[in-house]
Amino acid sequence: MPHAYPFLTPEQKKELSDIAQRIVAPGKGILAADESTGSVAKRFQSINAENTEENRRLYRQLLFTADDRISPCIGGVILFHETMYQKTDGGKVFTQHLKERNMVVGIKVDKGVVPLAGTNGETTTQGLDGLYERCAQYKKDGADFAKWRCVLKITPTTPSRLAIIENANVLARYASICQMHGIVPIVEPEILPDGDHDLKRCQYVTEKVLAAMYKALSDHHVYLEGTLLKPNMVTAGHSCSHKYSNQEIAMATVTALRRTVPPQSPVRIGITFLSGGQSEEEASVNLNAINTCPLSKPWALTFSYGRALQASALKAWAARRKTGRLNCSFLGKILYTVNNTYLIVIPLQNA
Amino acid sequence: MQSASAVWTEPIGLNNTRPATSSAPPLHLHGGINTPPRPTIGLLILTTSYWEAAVPDYNLLFDQPPKMTHQFPSLSPAQKKELSDIAQRIVATGKGILAADESTGTMAKRLQNINVENTEENRRCFREILFSSGSTMTNSVGGVIFFHETLYQKSDCGKLFPQVIKDKGIVVGIKVDKGTAGLNGTDGETTTQGLDGLSERCAQYKKDGCDFAKWRCVLKISDGCPSALSIAENANVLARYASICQQNGLVPIVEPEILPDGDHNLQRCQYATEKVLAAVYKALSDHHVYLEGTLLKPNMVTAGHSCPKKYTPQEVAMATVSALRRTVPAAVPGICFLSGGQSEEEASVNLNAINQVPLHRPWKLTFSYGRALQASALAAWKGKVENKGAAQEAFCTRAKINGLASKGEYKPSSSTGQASTQSLYTESYVY
Repeated sequence: MPHAYPFLTPEQKKELSDIAQRIVAPGKGILAADESTGSVAKRFQSINAENTEENRRLYRQLLFTADDRISPCIGGVILFHETMYQKTDGGKVFTQHLKERNMVVGIKVDKGVVPLAGTNGETTTQGLDGLYERCAQYKKDGADFAKWRCVLKITPTTPSRLAIIENANVLARYASICQMHGIVPIVEPEILPDGDHDLKRCQYVTEKVLAAMYKALSDHHVYLEGTLLKPNMVTAGHSCSHKYSNQEIAMATVTALRRTVPPQSPVRIGITFLSGGQSEEEASVNLNAINTCPLSKPWALTFSYGRALQASALKAWAARRKTGRLNCSFLGKILYTVNNTYLIVIPLQNA
Repeated sequence: MQSASAVWTEPIGLNNTRPATSSAPPLHLHGGINTPPRPTIGLLILTTSYWEAAVPDYNLLFDQPPKMTHQFPSLSPAQKKELSDIAQRIVATGKGILAADESTGTMAKRLQNINVENTEENRRCFREILFSSGSTMTNSVGGVIFFHETLYQKSDCGKLFPQVIKDKGIVVGIKVDKGTAGLNGTDGETTTQGLDGLSERCAQYKKDGCDFAKWRCVLKISDGCPSALSIAENANVLARYASICQQNGLVPIVEPEILPDGDHNLQRCQYATEKVLAAVYKALSDHHVYLEGTLLKPNMVTAGHSCPKKYTPQEVAMATVSALRRTVPAAVPGICFLSGGQSEEEASVNLNAINQVPLHRPWKLTFSYGRALQASALAAWKGKVENKGAAQEAFCTRAKINGLASKGEYKPSSSTGQASTQSLYTESYVY
């Protein structure tokens, strides 16, 4: 058995764990504004906006320059590569602007999914090439955390053993490289909610995936306190005929996490949304159920919400654009939990 | 410290039933579901009725894509609840385990130290002294681990020992492994045997009053150890044992002991412990073990016995709790440390410090001590019946102290007996 060959000094470890703690500080969430150019195209299409670089800049500016009511709710923002280097109207680089608002800046570093030959349509995620150098540069440019998304799916034959170990391995490699540069890796082994499987199947799969995840992180000598796990909530498949209560979903989620996630690892639960307005309510009720679940939850636990936050903002921006006024305050609903006790929904007013 | 809810963690309202699909593995052949197989050269000799032949052979004939099984529940909700309840009772607040499962050979050494002959009667006598102790024992001991012989011995008043223990409200456990066996090609490393017929033995032990079991694996730290093989093999055998126990209603205590022999420092032990425990919990997951119905019995993280640097109890505690927080899922109800040759007092002081570490500890952290509970009692007894009271007094004292230590409430006084501070270390310890 090899000796430990420590590659992180105590100071580096402290920096990583401090960043991780800031991101999961009570009451704070992450704004995921890291849609790639292609994904943004779909969003803009829904409001009839053209997918130009300027429009993308304006849209992100709208989110980042919202007034101070969002500051206590947003701990970190995940950016896409292009956005890292864009500026506000006033000429300030976005990363600088966000840091001044006391928000941690994150960067999506993966390069999308690629198929795994010989599987039933399963994928791994690429982006490791040159990641070492890219992370060094991103850290210089202001990023303190990174995001990498792996995708698994549930069908009668998946996730296969290969998909589980390959995705766990690539996530652990990414995490290890990030940490060498003082970047906290968000580890995201997302299990898609597509399908007609029941809650129990999702729980089983989640437990297997997360067990493999943590074994890989251990094998790759990743410093757990300086990572952030972003698991999906455990839910039945979208087309499952049986509807489960929020308590059942909460119980299944917390049980799966209790059986696999070491207490030392900070956790931020990712909420995947269905389309339509009803999902924002659903999501908030589920978050509440998780917080009030009677099982002990030993991790620093908060929540990540992307699309819901932006859905309303996007619509508001569309409305404003029609009247030609592009500089507007942020309009939207913010969902957040405060001290794990209750859920607050605050509608912000128009400027 | 937040105490875990007593509620068992089966998701509400769900049945442990198989999915509605057929129990045969779905047949996925080249070209997709339900297309006829492409004959290969090897198949030309088969008859046309091979479809009706043994289904499992399909896996050999065609490339089957690797499948993730559905969960095939091995435990009903009632079985899970029983296991979880037993585990919770053993590690109830302020309680730990008395490991009284020394084999005949090990008892020989113990009795030799006090000049007592290693007869069956003497072994019975000494266990009688321990088991007939008063209420202090009941307040501090949640479970007792038996050796096979002792399970069928009787107390002075003619009652079987397991019954004596149960009547005190203490859970009865049984050592089920059959000792270590060498791993060829390693630097003196071992695995542990005992899986053969284990299911039948567990069923019998359950009938005879046991509710938990213990299995000890041994690893050691040296320049090339523990090797990858040793870690993987011991983790696997522990997971197999755990799985079999649960099928028979016994809570498995999982013991991956890393020996304190050597001159390595505290950090090295912490590193090794983290790697070993990560492998153990991966194996438990792979073998579908129900974590809420298990207990862990690890070593504390300490420096090697010949390490020149001495560490404080706080350093030992911090290293231990850190290692556990990085590897042991919160679903595990309790962690019962082995004493590993520490003196009685050292074992108590370290356990106390562990329960005072300012980090969140989602499992109970308590003791499963053999030597560290019995050394003073043995020394007081000396094989003489008139010393029974003194021996019981010594035992109860240690039990009470360790009960306090498991809550972080032990305040060591200056008046500790000579036996308690004497190191109980023997090289390459074998039970």
